[in-house]
Amino acid sequence: MHDQMARIQSHIESHQHMAGALMPLLHAIQDDLSYIPEECYGLIAKALNLSVAEVHGVVTFYHHFRTRPPGRHVLQVCRAESCQAMGCGALESHVKSSLGIDYHETTSDGSITLEPVYCLGNCACSPAIMLDDEIYGRVSPQQVESLLASARRDNP
Amino acid sequence: MNTVYIPRDSSAISLGANLVAAAIAKEAESRNIPLNIIRNGSRGMFWLEPLVEVATSVGRIAYGPVTTDQVASLFDAGFLDGGQHALSLGPTEELPWMKHQERLTFARVGITDPVSLQDYLAHDGYKGLRNAIDMAPQDIVQQVTDSGLRGRGGAAFPTGIKWKTVLEAPAEQKYVVCNADEGDSGTFSDRMIMEGDPFVLIEGMTIAGIAVGATQGYIYVRSEYPHSIAALNLAIKSAYEAGYLGRGILGSRHDFYLEVRRAAGAYVCGEETALLESLEGKRGLVRFKPPLPAISGLFGKPTVINNVISLASVPIILDKGSVYYRDYGMGRSRGTLPIQLAGNIKHGGLVEKAFGVTLRELLYDYGGGSASGRPIKAVQVGGPLGAYLPESQFDTPLDYEEFGKLWAVLGHGGIVAFDDTVDMAHMARYAFEFCAVESCGKCTPCRIGSTRGVEVMDKIIAGTDPAKHIALVRDLGDTMLNGSLCALGGMTPYPVLSALNHFPEDFGISKKEQAA
Ligand SMILES: Cc1cc2nc3c(=O)[nH]c(=O)nc-3n(C[C@H](O)[C@H](O)[C@H](O)COP(=O)(O)O)c2cc1C
Ligand code: SF4
Ligand code: FES
Repeated sequence: MHDQMARIQSHIESHQHMAGALMPLLHAIQDDLSYIPEECYGLIAKALNLSVAEVHGVVTFYHHFRTRPPGRHVLQVCRAESCQAMGCGALESHVKSSLGIDYHETTSDGSITLEPVYCLGNCACSPAIMLDDEIYGRVSPQQVESLLASARRDNP
Repeated sequence: MNTVYIPRDSSAISLGANLVAAAIAKEAESRNIPLNIIRNGSRGMFWLEPLVEVATSVGRIAYGPVTTDQVASLFDAGFLDGGQHALSLGPTEELPWMKHQERLTFARVGITDPVSLQDYLAHDGYKGLRNAIDMAPQDIVQQVTDSGLRGRGGAAFPTGIKWKTVLEAPAEQKYVVCNADEGDSGTFSDRMIMEGDPFVLIEGMTIAGIAVGATQGYIYVRSEYPHSIAALNLAIKSAYEAGYLGRGILGSRHDFYLEVRRAAGAYVCGEETALLESLEGKRGLVRFKPPLPAISGLFGKPTVINNVISLASVPIILDKGSVYYRDYGMGRSRGTLPIQLAGNIKHGGLVEKAFGVTLRELLYDYGGGSASGRPIKAVQVGGPLGAYLPESQFDTPLDYEEFGKLWAVLGHGGIVAFDDTVDMAHMARYAFEFCAVESCGKCTPCRIGSTRGVEVMDKIIAGTDPAKHIALVRDLGDTMLNGSLCALGGMTPYPVLSALNHFPEDFGISKKEQAA
């Protein structure tokens, strides 16, 4: 925790002088720690001359920001129209039942967090998913299955 | 040395382009063949990706879609000299998909190395800026006005008029903001420009800055596009190093600074005022207008806010002149539109054509019909807030006014096809659900109406008293249409009511009852 706060402090120092610093700062924190701990709202608020409520409001407004650590890997399944036209419904049910979780949940072994996403810009290759920062197109249930299996094996 | 092109476009990567590039590099090494691999943008033929091209004396020859286990046989077949192989497609430019397009904004995409400034310059890059530097701001704005360019972000507002307002607004500081939030399903042309020719966007923004007197620009890119962000940052860095950005651009008296900012997964932040709020570090709540951003935009200063394609279309206008651009198109829709074919379509991808091409030509001549081989039942044009069109409307030409007459929109030019297995009541429910998930929460019709819409649609889908509940959906649509502050709530009735009007059977009532 102490180490985390020190890292957050250094992100604050390198961002606080930017115009409209809050979004880039929150990104930097989440890129580093994979989430934005509530304990740091006060520090951010003070540095950017905001209220804690404002910081809280911004963090929770955006789907991308997390207030709790995710699993070791994040799987995003596109639910938007183009992917629906190519059967993402079946893909979604398959993934949910094989992981035994719903959207916004993490598997009990802490390996995978499942999230919906509304378009990855890969619509000419629907259905599309993103696993961590890797994008995949024309995905079959079998392919997700094997991607997830290897992701769950690699324990950091 | 042999040159091989393998796209670095996200969609190509999503189908294995990085693995294919690595396999080709390795194979070349093991055969002691020196190889120059260029990671270009995509030509936009995604059913052929990864599409590998080789440079030969008769132009580029294409092979695709390439998988890693075919790499060795490509070498065996002498593909580096254009040798025959099962994956041979012939000269890329001669492919029917490429041949009849009118690529103005996408002129370089798939051809150049996107992050090489040299390559950009070698392909007519920065000619528009060079012309602009010597022009009076009023004349630049006039060129853009005369070209007939209208905003490609959805509202189709004339770009020149927007710029004129900012030019004439007196202020110490002005901004140029690029809306790269591209949240619509079925759209990826912004992404393809950012990944396939980032300099053209940078050049367009620089010209905008000079035209209106703005010295600072921001590109607000959705977080779902990591490859776009990386390509933009590389290109911006070399533009600074070569004097195309920064202080005294190319030795002129103009300064322009540019920075990429990441969004955070809120669809509503594509709405221009919500985007500005987000850039300022706030929640993405839509602002009341007036004042327009052109008068009081980012940090309260006059701001040009334009879509990626709008800005990326400016360099060619300043290079070849407004008449050249205006000569493409029909009616009041001038120039070209990058059209994106997606969903259940055999040949999905990007087609740039002058306005006036019909949906049917796009769906069948370019798209090749549905991917499933079944009849195409409906297409949604213009993203999640766009109307669904039935087969009887497929002869509509792409033109803002023609679509308006059908109570439909062109949006970003994304077309999503559905075959006859689609349930349109389900799609109407989804439209409400999407609005509920993405609403900024400022107005009641949007925030509550969408949630209520999902509930009512559930009843219709369950077959409970459809006539009564359909009346309720129409009523809700009316309230949202008239009572919403922005198009998120205000246009959700487009997909909902068009689905209902064209496909009443899917809602449990007959066409006859519908007409009554
Ligand atoms: C909910 C909503 C989302 C929008 N999303 C985008 C978007 O992702 N990209 C975009 O360029 N315009 C989007 N727009 C339109 C913008 O508000 C604005 O009209 C556009 O950025 C202006 O640029 P243009 O004149 O170059 O089209 C959206 C509008 C609304 C109401
Ligand atoms: S219509 Fe919806 S998204 Fe738009 S301002 Fe109102 S609540 Fe916000
Ligand atoms: S709709 Fe799924 S990637 Fe665009």
